[in-house]
Order: sequence, then structure tokens, then C-alpha cells
Amino acid sequence: MSIFLSENSKVIVQGMTGSEGSKHTRRMLASGTAIVGGVTPGKGGQSADFDGRALPVFDSVAEAIAETAADVTVIFVPPKFAKSAVIEAVDAGIGLAVVITEGIPVHDSTSCWAHARGGATRIIGPNCPGVISPGRSNAGIIPADIAGPGRIGLVSKSGTLTYQMMYELRDIGFSTAVGIGGDPVIGTTHIDCLEAFEADPDTEAIVMIGEIGGDAEERAAEYIAANLTKPVVGYVAGFTAPEGKTMGHAGAIVSGSSGTAQAKQQALEAAGVRVGKTPSEAARLMRELMGSPTG
Amino acid sequence: MDLYEYQARDVFASYGVPVLAGGVATTPQQARDIAVDIGGQVVVKAQVKTGGRGKAGGVKLADTPEDAQARATDILGMDIKGHTVHRVLVAQASGIAEEYYFSYLLDRANRGFLCIASVEGGVEIEEVAVKNPEALARVPIDAGSGVDEALAREIVTAARFPDDVAEQVVAIAVSLWKVFVGEDATLVEVNPLAKTPDGTVLALDGKVSLDENAGFRHAEHAELEDRAAADPLEQQAKAKDLNYVKLDGEVGIIGNGAGLVMSTLDVVAYAGEEFGGVKPANFLDIGGGASAQVMADGLGIILSDPSVRSVFVNVFGGITSCDAVADGIVTALGLLENSATKPIVVRLDGNNVEEGRRILDEAAHPLVEQVDTMDGAARRAAELAAADK
Repeated sequence: MSIFLSENSKVIVQGMTGSEGSKHTRRMLASGTAIVGGVTPGKGGQSADFDGRALPVFDSVAEAIAETAADVTVIFVPPKFAKSAVIEAVDAGIGLAVVITEGIPVHDSTSCWAHARGGATRIIGPNCPGVISPGRSNAGIIPADIAGPGRIGLVSKSGTLTYQMMYELRDIGFSTAVGIGGDPVIGTTHIDCLEAFEADPDTEAIVMIGEIGGDAEERAAEYIAANLTKPVVGYVAGFTAPEGKTMGHAGAIVSGSSGTAQAKQQALEAAGVRVGKTPSEAARLMRELMGSPTG
Repeated sequence: MDLYEYQARDVFASYGVPVLAGGVATTPQQARDIAVDIGGQVVVKAQVKTGGRGKAGGVKLADTPEDAQARATDILGMDIKGHTVHRVLVAQASGIAEEYYFSYLLDRANRGFLCIASVEGGVEIEEVAVKNPEALARVPIDAGSGVDEALAREIVTAARFPDDVAEQVVAIAVSLWKVFVGEDATLVEVNPLAKTPDGTVLALDGKVSLDENAGFRHAEHAELEDRAAADPLEQQAKAKDLNYVKLDGEVGIIGNGAGLVMSTLDVVAYAGEEFGGVKPANFLDIGGGASAQVMADGLGIILSDPSVRSVFVNVFGGITSCDAVADGIVTALGLLENSATKPIVVRLDGNNVEEGRRILDEAAHPLVEQVDTMDGAARRAAELAAADK
């Protein structure tokens, strides 16, 4: 088992014929993901070659689903067109939409969310690296060769910290790693992932990586205290970030006294989460939990 | 991007939100001219992006144009909490009968927007939230349906605006929502929203934050940016499309990915505690697929920062492989030649790390030192910065 993705996931790529889309389609295919086609409006009926494999291109998500029974879409569409790409995927009733695109205006993200709420589509991202269930499927840009399948579930706002943590714990391996994205408004939250990991029999323990901005980590801490039986190890980035400055991610900003790393760490610790001071300390805490003391 | 009050006022006016007559001045003479145009008593207000300017003496009444000129002379050049005043807003003075508060903002938790309104305005709204939370109405706004007249009426009722101003506030609430959506704002705040003695409701002071990601549909927003007020290094970095934030320490930081760079700052600060409080000098994220040129641009900016004593390059090869990163560092140092003078600690890990480390070993650049772990490399960079202090 794993969360959100399985070996049966059939994946399409919106923006597959663009430079990022084609680069990562190639990588997802190489990691064994069942990519069944792509969507580029105006290029329907063509096919795109990936190392000798021809994938069909469709004009719309609805058409792609009708032809391929796809249930996951990975969106690499530029910010200007991302909102309509997400809304199209939602309207076509796809189960999971992973939005990789960085730089989507927040009024567009909120519109997408308002449109998707209560519907059939789970949105992950935007501005995220996607989701990987090593050995099963990979929907996004997380390198598949960092770590193999295993018993840890990971949820993170940051892409590179996801990679770093997977690398540090690569000998134990991961059921699923989800990069939920660094934007202020995102579809799938820490809490959604914690809930799914709690229900996933293949996940024994969870690493949760947060960063400054908003109060998603504080809310996740409350959720953990009330609902989780599986152990959680935490890490929070941005203790030295100054107030009022956006630190790379659009959502990573301390506003006044809210959104600080200190507050997030305290909330997590109060919920019984062991929080590492550095990524490697968090990895060490996870090792202790898993009874795998050597790295 | 946060706007100045005078910019917010202009935006409000263009959407039909009632504001007082006024104009912005960069010299006392201009302040005088604006006061002449307005006629009667004016208020001269320092334009700085920080609170507490009234207490700092940055807001003064003036009865005559000469008086306005004198007040502008006092205020221009003043330092308010580290912000130098380069402009004043000269606006018609107004009597105030009542002060209210009104804002629209992003509500991250609910993936939508929020309206906060109160009849207790004119003070820091955070204070009201603590001392008298029931005086604040918080009304969630669905991004799909937005604020129409009916919802505006609900807000006015929830915040208990007096009947005599209700209709005016409804109209202002609808106009402010148009500002919020039309300008891709993440915050539109009016404080105070004032009732004058004759019963007119006006936006007397405002704050607007714009979403820089929406710049592609607002070419005009680029004009609103105050480039002169930005840190010169931040400005240089922005011109090269680098994600850079100037900090006040001594260890220059380059990394890939926002989260990893934030984490790197923290790890350097912890390590620095051992070495007399050495701290990170900047945040710089060169992104996932950083080329040699981007690495050179980044190193160039960091090495031109006079407070930098050592540099820590912290890269996890995820999508990019470490050999490409190592090539980038070697090429960057070649491009920089003699302007590279500070020790550079490099930690590479991840995709193709052996090859990356080999490239740097072979290049054997005298300034470059490799350390295998992030914590160890942070410690070494802090140590080198402290040694050079």
C-alpha cells in the first residue's frame, strides 16, 4: 500500500510537450510510472516520443480520460495557464491532480480550490515536487533513485528537504513521500497526508517537514495530538528568517509574530512529536524510532 | 509587494473608494504647491512602510502652504524605525467623528479569503484582537463567489456598523473587494475608515500588498516598486533573477531549493554559536537546475558583500546531478577570477556525488574546501568566518 498513488495509477501529463513536461515525463517513465498520455490543447492526435515509446497527445483532459482511463494528472503548465489547466482536470473528474507549476497567482489558486471543493479531485500543490511511492509510481519531479520502498511516510512543504530527508533515510525506505508545496494556498495539506499515512498499513512512522509562514504546522500538531497513533518526527526550517521577508517560497514569510519556526516547533513538541534541530538530527530521531541506528 | 500609503490611496481612488484630496511630494516646495491646490488645513504624512510614524513625529497638521512646506522640511529625511522618509503625502485635513477598521486578506488555513471589520479602528487591529476580540467581525469569503452587495451587508451587520453609515460602508466594501481582486492583492486594509463630522465615510489610511506572482497580468505594478529603497545587493540579485535576501551575518550562503536554503541558514547559525555568534549573511536559492552561469552570478553577488567572511555552498543533487554543480562552481570561479577572495566550503550530496566531489578535488582551487555533511560544512564555514573577523 501507499497513499494517493499505487502501481495501478494511470498518469497523464498536462504540458507534456513543453520542456519541463517532456523532461520529467521521461524521468517518470524511467522510474516505472504508467504514463498513458499527455494533454496539450491544439496538439491532440499527435504522439510524442520518449526514448522509443510513443505517447498519445490529447486536446483535453476529458478526452485523455475517455481514451486511457487515466486517474492522475501531473501539471507542468506555465503560471498564466495553470488555473484553466487545473479547472479542466477537476471538471473532467480526475482523481488526483499534482500541480508542479511555481509562480501561480494566489487568486488563481484560491479559485481552483473553490472550484474543486467537494468534488472528486484531490489537488496536490501548486509549487510542489509531487508525490512518489517508490517502486510503484512517481507523479512529479522527485528523483526516483534517492530511496526505495520502505516503511516511512514523508510529508513536506519543501522539495529539496524532501530529497535530503529521503537520502538520509534511504536504507529504511519510504511508503510514500508527498511534497505539498511552498505556496500560501495549497490543495493537500500536512493534515490530509497525516490522515492518509495513519490509515496506510505500509506506513509505520511519519516524517513531517514544515517551514515558516502560516499555521499549517500548528494545525497539524493539533491533529496529531487528537488522531495519530503512529509516531511522527518533525523538522521545521526557517528559525533565522527575518520578519516580513519572503524566503524563496511564496508562502514562507513570518508576518509580525505569526508563522515563526519557534511557534511551529513548540506546537509539534507539545503534541508529542520529536523535532530535530537539523535535518540530520530529524533523520537520527527517525532511525531511533525504527530501530535502525546506523546510517 | 507592499505599497506606500499614497500608492494605496491612488489605487483606492481609481476604484471609486472615497479618499481625501491630496498628492505626494518629494520636496518641501512640492508639498507647498499641493497644499495651495488643496486649500485650507492639510496633513503632511511621512511615507514609510512601517507602523508608528505618528508617534515618531512623521504626521503633522499644517494650516497654511508655508506651514506645509516647513512640516515637509522636518519630515523629509527623517528616520522612522530604520526607514528614511523620501516622500510625504500632503492630504486635505479632516475632522474625525468615528474611526473604523476594514480589511480583506488571504486566509491560508481556509484556502480562501477573509474580511475583518470593526467599529474600533484607528488603532493597531492586533491590539483590538487581543483586548476586545468580540469587537472584530471575521467573515470568510469564498474565492468563487467573492463579495457582492448582499455579503457586504452581512459584513456590515456582523461588525455592527451604525445605521447612519451602513449604506456607505456597504458600497466601500464592494469597491474594496474590486480592488482586492482587480489588483491581485493579498491584503487590502483601511485603517482608519473614518466618519467625518458631516457623516461622510472615507478611507483615511490604507495598506495594500500585491501578489508578485500576478505580475504577468499587471505590467503597471512594476512601476509601483520602490527600487531606490531596496537593498543594493537584493536589487542586483533581482536583476539577475536570483532569489536573494540580505541578512546581517558573515557567512554567505548558496543552496538549491528554498527549504534547503532556509535550513542551511539555521544550521549555520547554530554552528556559529560556537564561534562568537557568527551568522548567515544572506539567503540565496539558485533553484533546481542551476547552471554554471547562475552559480557564477550567485557567487559574484555574495562575494561583493563586504560583510561576507566565508561562503557555504550547500547543494543536494536531486534533479541536477552533483557533477554539473561541481562544474558550475569551477566555471564560476574561473569567471570571477581575482574577485573571488573568501574561503568557500562546499557540501555536495545526492545524485552523482562521487563524480562531483572528484571534479572539485581535481580542480583543487585554493579557496574551495569540501566537507561531506551539511552540519560539518556549516561548522567549518562558521569557523572560517570567525577566523577572519
